[in-house]
Amino acid sequence: MSSATSPAQQSMVEPLADRPMHHAREAKPHEDAHAHSSPTPVGFWIYLMSDCVIFGALFATYAVLGGNYAGGPAPKDLFEPGFIAVETALLLFSSVTFGLAMLRAGKSDTNGTLMWLAVTALFGAGFIGMEIYEFNHLIHLGAGPDRSAFLSSFFALVGTHGLHVTGGLIWLITLMVQIRMHGLIGPNMQRLGTLSMFWHFLDLVWIGVFSFVYLVRLI
Amino acid sequence: MASEHIQPAETFSPIFGRLTLDWIPIHEPILIGTFAGVALGGLLVFALMTYFRLWVPFWKNWVTTVDHKKIGIMYMVLAFIMMVRGFADALMMRGQQAMAAGGSEGWLPPHHYDQVFTAHGVIMIFFVAMAFITGFMNYVMPLQIGARDVAFPFLNNFSLWMTVAGALLVNISLFVGEFARVGWLAFPPLSGANYSTGPGMDYYLWALQIAGVGTTLSGINMIATIVKMRAPGMKLMDMPIFTWTALITNVLIVAAFPVLTATLAMLTLDRYMDFRFFTNDYGGNAMMYVNLIWIWGHPEVYILIIPCFGIISEIVSTFSRKPIFGYRTMVWATGCIMVLSFVVWLHHFFTMGSGANVNAFFGITTMIIAVPTGVKIFNWLFTMYKGRVRLEVPMLWTIGFLVTFTIGGMTGVMLAVPPVDFQLHNTLFLIAHFHNVIIGGVVFAVFAASPTGGPSVRLQA
Amino acid sequence: MYRTRNLLLAAAGAFALSGCQYDVLSPAGWVGDQQRDLLIISVLLMLIVILPVLFMSVYFPLKYRADREDTSDYDPEFEHSNKLEAVVWGVPILIIVALGYYTYVYTHRLDPYRPLDHLEAGAPVEIQAVSLDWKWLFIYPEQGIASVNELVVPAGRPINFSLSSSTVMNTLSIPALGGMVYSMAGMETKLHLIADEEGVYPGRSAHYSGPGFAGMVFDTTATSDEEFDAWVEGIRAEAGPLNRETYLALEEPSMNVPVSHYGSVEDGLFGRIVEMCVEDGKVCMGHMMMVDHNGGGGLEGVGNAAAYSYDRARTIDGFGNRIELPPMESHGGGHGSDHEALNGTEAPNALAYVLAMDPNALCSPFGTQTEKETNGI
Repeated sequence: MSSATSPAQQSMVEPLADRPMHHAREAKPHEDAHAHSSPTPVGFWIYLMSDCVIFGALFATYAVLGGNYAGGPAPKDLFEPGFIAVETALLLFSSVTFGLAMLRAGKSDTNGTLMWLAVTALFGAGFIGMEIYEFNHLIHLGAGPDRSAFLSSFFALVGTHGLHVTGGLIWLITLMVQIRMHGLIGPNMQRLGTLSMFWHFLDLVWIGVFSFVYLVRLI
Repeated sequence: MASEHIQPAETFSPIFGRLTLDWIPIHEPILIGTFAGVALGGLLVFALMTYFRLWVPFWKNWVTTVDHKKIGIMYMVLAFIMMVRGFADALMMRGQQAMAAGGSEGWLPPHHYDQVFTAHGVIMIFFVAMAFITGFMNYVMPLQIGARDVAFPFLNNFSLWMTVAGALLVNISLFVGEFARVGWLAFPPLSGANYSTGPGMDYYLWALQIAGVGTTLSGINMIATIVKMRAPGMKLMDMPIFTWTALITNVLIVAAFPVLTATLAMLTLDRYMDFRFFTNDYGGNAMMYVNLIWIWGHPEVYILIIPCFGIISEIVSTFSRKPIFGYRTMVWATGCIMVLSFVVWLHHFFTMGSGANVNAFFGITTMIIAVPTGVKIFNWLFTMYKGRVRLEVPMLWTIGFLVTFTIGGMTGVMLAVPPVDFQLHNTLFLIAHFHNVIIGGVVFAVFAASPTGGPSVRLQA
Repeated sequence: MYRTRNLLLAAAGAFALSGCQYDVLSPAGWVGDQQRDLLIISVLLMLIVILPVLFMSVYFPLKYRADREDTSDYDPEFEHSNKLEAVVWGVPILIIVALGYYTYVYTHRLDPYRPLDHLEAGAPVEIQAVSLDWKWLFIYPEQGIASVNELVVPAGRPINFSLSSSTVMNTLSIPALGGMVYSMAGMETKLHLIADEEGVYPGRSAHYSGPGFAGMVFDTTATSDEEFDAWVEGIRAEAGPLNRETYLALEEPSMNVPVSHYGSVEDGLFGRIVEMCVEDGKVCMGHMMMVDHNGGGGLEGVGNAAAYSYDRARTIDGFGNRIELPPMESHGGGHGSDHEALNGTEAPNALAYVLAMDPNALCSPFGTQTEKETNGI
């Protein structure tokens, strides 16, 4: 088989685009500059779009099944607007603080970045904590996902979002450790950029959840 | 009692789910025989690899490789092995059908036959056709665009082993427990917790979920490769036609496979945690599953065939010593197919009582897909026209492709006419239709282009 | 000569041995006839393109093969032609336009939900077909009888099928009369067919439904009106009643079930089957939808889960035997929550109220429909 150089030691985020084997035609200078940029942001964008489709399927399911209470409780019996508003505010603020962290990182301020990331993590953890409390409360009432198709689609949609936020939190903490160890080096900046995309994406999805699952069902 | 056999009690453990030791089918002679054969073969391979000291090279050069060409080859090896398994299933089904005529019961009890036909469909689509085309795209596409590897080489390796893990699960289910007895798309309520007890359906869900996520990741990887890693100066409209089809296929993968992931996850929740998505009771809706699974399922058939269109384009052009006729038309036709493939899913269930207007809409959109597909076939014909066609093995497979696929396409349009579909739905005619397009399309194209038979790999490598 | 004859004989033999029935191509009813016509129209339309394509797929590679004697017509520059492009897009589009027109017209004409009144073929026969694990139950509401795995219809009169299922999906397929439609639990689908000629036609479920699927076959006998009436009278005289109790016994999973009959049918039974409330203590689907439409059962509805359970009692194993699962745990009550009081007092009353409602009552989207269907006696 071909004895292509094994790029095993290369990391995932540092791809091998820089040296194409042959050229289709003479490269123009501005195109050449293009070929050197990392494919990671594009790849992550595409991943986010695929994730968006997953949420789309879950939203569609909620739209179809969301009115099937099977003689059980409906949103107005279960959801408390104040609680949801606080939960939403936590996540929205975490997006703002992530933005502040990115600004600090842009100014190469490692400590400032770490501080704002920590605040973001706290907000995120608060959000997850409230969600766990809500789920636990519902299940304790007997309004668990097995009670009706409405509750199944609610738990699946909100739970999937919660799992994503949890994943984001783990990533955030890992990244904080890495920044602590290595500082704001190139790879860490790229990771910070992708995580920022992920975090804002989750915020966007939550706005959908908030309006579609809670808000319109409570008015 | 409907049957004298009793299945082991329905239990549930956090790690093994419904699987217990009682599920090992020591009373099934066919399975024990197969297991003995597989075990002996496995031992032989193990012994030979040990004798020739191949384990370390195998681990270093293949298992952990990030070389897209080697990964492509491994995909194709997996596809070939699984094709043998799927083919064995097909023989068992045909044997049963031949023997079970005229009041005879045949040699497979329903419990076994139902698993065999489910496994045949799942294996042939997910682990043969998908693995073949993913392997080809892995091998050929980066070479065609002049990239040294794909955008995320480690992720590529990971996707491969996700697919292998799914395939392994399907095969383990032969000897440990059972496989699903629900047909390849597992419509609920039959596939739900109450009508598919036992671990078989769980094997199905995990195998497809794992392989499906692997496929999504590989799709993301390849789009990023094509978008970001083309040789300097290669514009989109300069790309070889196979790369175009690879790009469009991977867009379809990224748009469609997440739906499969979500749908299977919901069915898994139904089965494991008493969710009520697709149950008859508690307001669940089985039609929701049917819609969701076909929203993935219809693009899926185009995911399979579009790279094969690319393969055939390259072969026809190479062996006719002419550039492909109507390159731009080809690209636009493929793009049309990509978009249209998302607005036809309902034609898989015209018979579920949608209204006449809905049926007519989806029937006509389905027919419209025949136009760009027909254009492609004409373009291949006019590529041969006034060329110098070398009738070598790849070209012979290609002629076989053209004839068989055209017939499959015609039967497909027949099935797209709702009133005709009312008669032909779920019949052997339908089975024949999709075997015409998948064997005549995917398998012939892959054979035409396989390294021993075709140039598209050899020339580019 | 001999070879050709032998080949022909072999082909004829294979044809005869194939055991095929040609119901789709030579149907015995108006619906099937129309579907056959459309099938032939669509094939002929497509052959306009398919035949030249098949011919060119073989002819071009042979004519332009590399080792032909005169290669002067080799033209590697020929890779684009606006005229040809116009033809390869235009002709298929024209064909699809024509086929699309036929599709639209025929899809509306042959909509399985459309009654066959326009045939003016006499009074229609109502039949309620229920797919059970693994047999077909045909209820004749006008005649007040029911049969299992046997369908007898008067020839020349439209048949109005209402379809439902007790558990999983099936399709009712009688190819000699026309196309199939799915039967699904908790739903009522429609199919309208007619048998123009007397005869016996095979019918079956055409959607795989579990271990006993192979046995879900039945004969469809189309007879004269007199014979049909005689058949009905014979059943009325001899067979036992089909009521909620006997239905639940029949519904138990069984395979390869022989033909059997019921001489009387409880009023509104099919409605209860569709609404999944044949058993006592189960809330009918229409009522559930009504309650849900009015905002659900509230927190006090939490404890009523068992009244909405359907699938659990019908659990089967892989061989088609019933599995008895332990009764449902009751949620909600007894957790010491502040809603305990509600669960203890009001909930049973509210549930009892819903349970006491007539399944054919108004306000339910299903109820109004089935009332019309089942009370048409």
